[in-house]
Amino acid sequence: MINRTDTIESVYEILGRVTDPEVPVLTILDLGIVRNVEFKDESLVITITSTYTGCPAMDMIAANIRMELAAAGYTNVRIEQSIRPAWTTDWMSEAGKEKLREYGIAPPDKRFSIPEDGVACPRCGSSNTRLVSEFGSTACKALNLVPPPAKPSINAEIAKSPLIFSNVIDKPSIHILALCQRCSKKLMVRWRS
Amino acid sequence: MKATLDYILHLADNALILGQRNAEWCGHGPVLEQDIAISNISLDLIGQARSFYQYAAEIQGNGTTEDDLAYLRDERQFKNILLVEQPKGDWGFTVLRQFLFSAHQQWLFQQLSTHDDERLAAIAEKSLKEVNYHLRWSSEWVIRLGDGTEESRQRILNAIETMWTFTGEMFMGEAFETASGVNVQVGLPAWEEKVRNCFAEANLEMPANVFMRSGGKKGMHSEHLGFILAEMQYLQRSYPGCEW
Repeated sequence: MINRTDTIESVYEILGRVTDPEVPVLTILDLGIVRNVEFKDESLVITITSTYTGCPAMDMIAANIRMELAAAGYTNVRIEQSIRPAWTTDWMSEAGKEKLREYGIAPPDKRFSIPEDGVACPRCGSSNTRLVSEFGSTACKALNLVPPPAKPSINAEIAKSPLIFSNVIDKPSIHILALCQRCSKKLMVRWRS
Repeated sequence: MKATLDYILHLADNALILGQRNAEWCGHGPVLEQDIAISNISLDLIGQARSFYQYAAEIQGNGTTEDDLAYLRDERQFKNILLVEQPKGDWGFTVLRQFLFSAHQQWLFQQLSTHDDERLAAIAEKSLKEVNYHLRWSSEWVIRLGDGTEESRQRILNAIETMWTFTGEMFMGEAFETASGVNVQVGLPAWEEKVRNCFAEANLEMPANVFMRSGGKKGMHSEHLGFILAEMQYLQRSYPGCEW
């Protein structure tokens, strides 16, 4: 069933097309949740780990892995979940962190291993931010507040925009954004370390 | 030494029932960010419960699934402590309960992360990261309410008075704990220290000489558990095997 000339690398290439259902700009490789890929007997065994125990996206990620691999001809696939060692934001790739920033989410930063004030806003770069909540729209995110710029001209686009992470619209966070519009302050989301 | 099935179920039940209780806040939190925070904690707890139930289901074998254990066991089979099944009360009650529970869970999971039972150790190590978060968040709330307004202080004082009687059970060793090589009594000083430090900052006092209620670990529950199970298990009991 498995063509023995296939390499692990080609499997990784396929896995690089599977994205995180919560933050679709990230692939599961960017996230660092793929822990192992191997051919065992007649099966292709993929080991993945969750970012946190209650992550509701794991079943969907596993299903998406199966679909991508099936499209490439791999039908005998086994997906296993590991929990140890526990996932850490250190496993997130540098490319992944950059994509996260572009998406409007402050990437994890070792200097802020505990959620606190001063995390750089992914949109305007300001470090004048205040932690609003250690928990964001998903359990892997925390919320920080960016005060409105003192000189709107510095970044007119941001000043006009009521939202910092406007593309995250399918989650409870949309309500927080509405709240923001009222008080004309801006929110950003950072990854929970 | 491997952990016993009953012990794994006890850990799972604690997490599931508290997760279910906290989930009652979803859409009802005092402000949106805190509504999200408590719902996230609930999700973490349900995630922990799933990890434990999956392990328990494997130990039990015979095709048992995590869902069978969560949805098809009766009140007397649940081994959670009485503290977690108490109604959510007001916000003061909920945050205090979370604090008292997380303060113990942090110590417990630190111990369990080096347990001989590798699967148990792995779940504990993973969950510990989340528990640290829960403890920090809930301590901040205890301080905010205790050292806040007259009203907030009164609320947290009421919560302490109502809840203290349920805290002792965390440190009363049960046969399934001893059989799993876990001695919960020795966790008491660490817990008291965390609580005392937080209470000192909150201008609160730890009650003394309170009669401690127990029975949850043995399946002898307060009347509240039946109601939670009725709500949580209704669908699976009425439509066996139903899936989303």
